Amino acid sequence: MVSASIKSTEIRFGECNKKLLEEVIFYGISLGADFVELFIENSDNSSVLAEEDFITSVSPSFGKGAGIRIFKDKRDGFVSTNDLSKHGLMRSISQAIEMLDISKKNNNSNFNGLDKLKDYSKSKIDWLNEVPTINEVSEKLLLSTKALKKDKKVVVRKGSYARNWQEVIIASSDGTYATDIRLHQTVGLNIIANDAQYRSNGSRRFGSHGIPNEFRLWDHEKAANEVYETSMNMLYADYVQAGQMPVVLANKFGGVIFHEACGHLLETTQIERGTTPFSDKLNEKIAHESVTAIDEGLSEGSFGSLSIDDEGMEPEKSILIKDGILKKFLSDRAGELRTGHKRTGSGRRQNYSFAAASRMRNTYIAKGEFSKEELINSISDGLYCKSMGGGSVGATGQFNFAVEEGYLIKNGKLTKPVKGATLIGDAKEVMPKISMCGNDLELAPGFCGSVSGSVNVTVGQPHIKVDSITVGGR
Amino acid sequence: MNATEITTQITTAANILNIDKWDYGASFSNDYSVQVDRGAAKQLKASQKQVITLRVWNKENLVGITTTSDLSKTGIKKALKQANIASEFGNKNEFTDFSPLAKDPIQVKEVDKKNPLGIKKLLKILREAESKLIESHDAIKSIPYNGLSESFYERIYANSDGAFRNYRKSQAAIYLYARAEEKDKKPRSSGSVKLGYGVEDIDIDSCIKEAANKTIAHLDYSSIKTGKYLVCLSPEAFLTLMNAFSSIFNARSIIDGVSLSDKNSIGDLISIPALNIYDDGLNEKNISSAPFDGEGTPTKKLSLINKGKLENLIHSESTAKIFNTIPTGHAGLGSKVSVSPDWLVIEKSNECSDLNMALEHKNYQGNFVYIEELNAIHAGVRASQGSFSLPFEGWLYNNGKKRSIESATVAGDIKYLLKNIINIENEEELTTSGISPHIWINELSITGDE
Repeated sequence: MVSASIKSTEIRFGECNKKLLEEVIFYGISLGADFVELFIENSDNSSVLAEEDFITSVSPSFGKGAGIRIFKDKRDGFVSTNDLSKHGLMRSISQAIEMLDISKKNNNSNFNGLDKLKDYSKSKIDWLNEVPTINEVSEKLLLSTKALKKDKKVVVRKGSYARNWQEVIIASSDGTYATDIRLHQTVGLNIIANDAQYRSNGSRRFGSHGIPNEFRLWDHEKAANEVYETSMNMLYADYVQAGQMPVVLANKFGGVIFHEACGHLLETTQIERGTTPFSDKLNEKIAHESVTAIDEGLSEGSFGSLSIDDEGMEPEKSILIKDGILKKFLSDRAGELRTGHKRTGSGRRQNYSFAAASRMRNTYIAKGEFSKEELINSISDGLYCKSMGGGSVGATGQFNFAVEEGYLIKNGKLTKPVKGATLIGDAKEVMPKISMCGNDLELAPGFCGSVSGSVNVTVGQPHIKVDSITVGGR
Repeated sequence: MNATEITTQITTAANILNIDKWDYGASFSNDYSVQVDRGAAKQLKASQKQVITLRVWNKENLVGITTTSDLSKTGIKKALKQANIASEFGNKNEFTDFSPLAKDPIQVKEVDKKNPLGIKKLLKILREAESKLIESHDAIKSIPYNGLSESFYERIYANSDGAFRNYRKSQAAIYLYARAEEKDKKPRSSGSVKLGYGVEDIDIDSCIKEAANKTIAHLDYSSIKTGKYLVCLSPEAFLTLMNAFSSIFNARSIIDGVSLSDKNSIGDLISIPALNIYDDGLNEKNISSAPFDGEGTPTKKLSLINKGKLENLIHSESTAKIFNTIPTGHAGLGSKVSVSPDWLVIEKSNECSDLNMALEHKNYQGNFVYIEELNAIHAGVRASQGSFSLPFEGWLYNNGKKRSIESATVAGDIKYLLKNIINIENEEELTTSGISPHIWINELSITGDE
């Protein structure tokens, strides 16, 4: 049994809260919970928007809160609150106990107190002071929108920046006691071009984790050129003709299709729901032998990287698919409990108001041996998807994705740009059709929305060829 | 802390910081939700949330903003300070002020007070619903997406000019999305969502029945040939499209250059004359109604499209000033104030003589595609271009017989669609996002697997 004495009656960030946390956890265990986890968060965010040649929005926000989760057998109850006092946390524990209808108290607690604090925040204390000021951000965003002003056809120019700083304390009844600081910065450019009845969009998003100086180093000119080029290429594009055809998907954000169509199906939350066709396919072939897919939280600076997941575990490099064979699922604490798949450091959540769930981090298809040109040369009649828009996956695994910038392939050559294309299919059918992987793996940042809210991720792949897919159009 | 205490605390802190002009919007909520998995409690959730958004005006009348969940004295003081700093970067190109209607009377809907049922009762109700739905057909193996929730909240708006308004509400929701599987066939999924002021108001049996009927009906599916089809949009599908393209009547979007309309579009014929569209947030059937918007402007019914012509735009305080009109009760509260519709009501106008009244989805014997539900709106709609390409759940009707469509997308252009409506059915249906009849479109592109 741990000491019940406490020094503080409220969680204080940057100070030792061990005794208070132990008392709260012990309270939950003594009331009959099998497991208690506290996730406590202090956040400081800001965003800036530049439109045309003006800053039109500066939005700071800050807050504190706690997410308290208890398990009894395989069930769990989750309570979130803004009240970080001892009283508030204990009230939340009581509420969670009541939810799970636990009436039998536990007189033989196996909670032996929290381990020594694992402090992952030590080298990150100054991050918040090192990020660019609003002044710096505003100046650079205005330079970027100015750089988009290349043509009278450009009628809308936007630059946006967001910085999310998060300090977390994670403590649970298995002794886990850790603290960390996370810093995510993202910047996006958007453009609309217009000429008579023709209209096109262009957009790009860039992001990093744990690099306070990253925005200062961002090459806004290069980014503006890319966005401008996309919108101009697409301005007079015809609508794509619908049908089945081979496609080449570009690297970087092209990886969003693997993320959405296959990656989500390899999360244990999908096994729990019975919504993945791969639940009983471990060590079986689910993709073409040219496909090896990885999810990890380790790449330095990548948008989906983390020192610890939101359950206090260090992330691992998970090889999901090796040469077409399914090797692993992404698992969190609840996933391990309910499906038996070992945790992978993938328990993630948007903030304290969500319970953690198994989520992707940096997810990508490994590079192959072909050049981009070899992929395109292998197609006589198809589509090159240079830039992807958003997409979604339904409850039966069927996905659809908008192609932001597409070009027809005729006799192994790129020809005219086409708009309005949507890629439609389901993972089980498409994965075996990825027959060629390029040698130009690149990653791109994004936001992934799912059961535990919106989390920062990286998607990626080299150029890949899909032998046949349904392309929606007109 | 209650609304009066917060206002007092802000007033005090603002005086200390020498801030003369401010306003705030606050939200306090208690939410409870449950999910189940084949009888077992899956996730049980409760949350207490408090959040406040503060705006301050500096001496140059520029606005700064901060949002926080820390409502302690120090938290509020910090928020005011941060907002004051942010005001140095306020938009010099577009000035924002208090809504001139922030003290006008509001209509608060009279609803019986609901008390929380509590997690245990929610769980019992959802377990029973799940069980009934699974038992309704052998092919229904699980209800992978399900939930029952109740929420109790208070919203407040106040400003340094003495405006103060608040309301308390409750809302409950159930959703059941079943997954059905048959041998040698692809799994199929469909479902239903129902809302109420409290759980006891929700017709749970009809939610079960609707989810079961829709899912089972989709079991017998076939692919569809790619081509152009006569299309009937369900009320839900048409409302989904109109909400996705609501930038057409959004003044903010027009100013930002991302709308298909422009500053001179009022009076333009943008659809067939048989179409009327209102925004009616206070409609008695709108469970989510709010009596005022983020700037404190009272919510009201507004005609957007009248006999095919764009009649009004939705406004915030600042967009209304630019258009030389008054705010319409559609503003959010932010550094840059967003504008969005509340609840659309679609109806047939009295100029409907050109409609083909023979097109009734229940009786028509010809070939057509019935679109029940549109998906992936965020990915497939280009609002600023007017184009869409969206996957859908639907049916291919042939001589009065219908068959579920395996997998397909519908693509088109909203301007074309609104001007190619060939019938608006008589019967209007209530959905969670508004009211609409079935709408027939002359021809839309459908991409299938053939």
